[in-house]
Amino acid sequence: MTEILSNSLFFGVGISVGTYILGTIIKKKIDFFLFNPLLLAITMTIATLLITGIEYSEYNNGAKYLSYLLTPATVALAIPLYEQVTILKKNLSAILIGIASGVITSGLSIFAMALLFGLGHTEYVTLLPKSITTAIGIGLSQELDGYVAITVSAIMMTGLFGNIAGGLLCRLLGIKNPIAKGIAIGTASHVMGTSKAMELGKVEGAMSSLSVAVAGCMTVGAAILFQQLI
Amino acid sequence: MKYIKQFEIILAISLIGELLNRLIPLPIPASIYGMTILFTALCTGIVKLSAVKETGHFLIQIMPMMFIPATVSLLESWSIMQNFLIAIIVISLVSTIIVLFASGHATQIIINLKKKEKKQ
Repeated sequence: MTEILSNSLFFGVGISVGTYILGTIIKKKIDFFLFNPLLLAITMTIATLLITGIEYSEYNNGAKYLSYLLTPATVALAIPLYEQVTILKKNLSAILIGIASGVITSGLSIFAMALLFGLGHTEYVTLLPKSITTAIGIGLSQELDGYVAITVSAIMMTGLFGNIAGGLLCRLLGIKNPIAKGIAIGTASHVMGTSKAMELGKVEGAMSSLSVAVAGCMTVGAAILFQQLI
Repeated sequence: MKYIKQFEIILAISLIGELLNRLIPLPIPASIYGMTILFTALCTGIVKLSAVKETGHFLIQIMPMMFIPATVSLLESWSIMQNFLIAIIVISLVSTIIVLFASGHATQIIINLKKKEKKQ
């Protein structure tokens, strides 16, 4: 059975989409914040792989076609952004300063906690790209000579956290303005947070998309300076 | 047919993004070049909103699913992370909260300041 499944091209996609659908059903039935469709799908997929003993690489044989759609989907984020272009123009300075504040505090907080945990240079630079989108994060981690696989993991944890708790955190921390919410979620938790921001509202989604691109590029510049600290 | 045309436009822009990523020696991915190109094209009217809208929104709607394979790869990197797993988890979560707070409030403060300025 395991052998048949691991050679299958549609197993990876099937299990990912299937668990995601199951996740949305569970979320609808039980409204508990940890019951996030993405988190549920990931947990169920990992559990399935562990139980059946199917290797990640075999799973990814089929699942990679889902990842393949990520580039066109990110390109498409320009559409909601364009639909909100008047808001963007009107609040340009607030938006840029907001994103820049996020990028700087990201570097500073990672630096402070790296000191606290006694991390070395390589571990420290590995975590610097954690708030930005994976594709930029991978490139940056390579550039800084970090552990790329760990950078990807930290990016995923950050994104998943933003996807689960982004809305809740904004409420708890007193971020009420929809533009500010979008900027906060996008700057802190990149595209994964953005897909959550899209659910909060059109303005939130558009501003979050913008933050992914701008924060990603700003982080590349900031990381060059931050890497010298440890 | 309409949706296929829309998808093709988005794919073509992704392709241009990919080419730029290979030509320009910066760690900026194809998707960010593509997003910038599509945004510029929409603003200048080179691409009409109606030429990409439905397929674009569909792709965005199903986007969360696309993160599943990459996140499941945590399973593989678990063993190399063991030495500083707690540090990674704590730093990831705490700094996300700090960044969210800082960027959100900075934006909010400036928007409110501008509103006040206009009133005066």
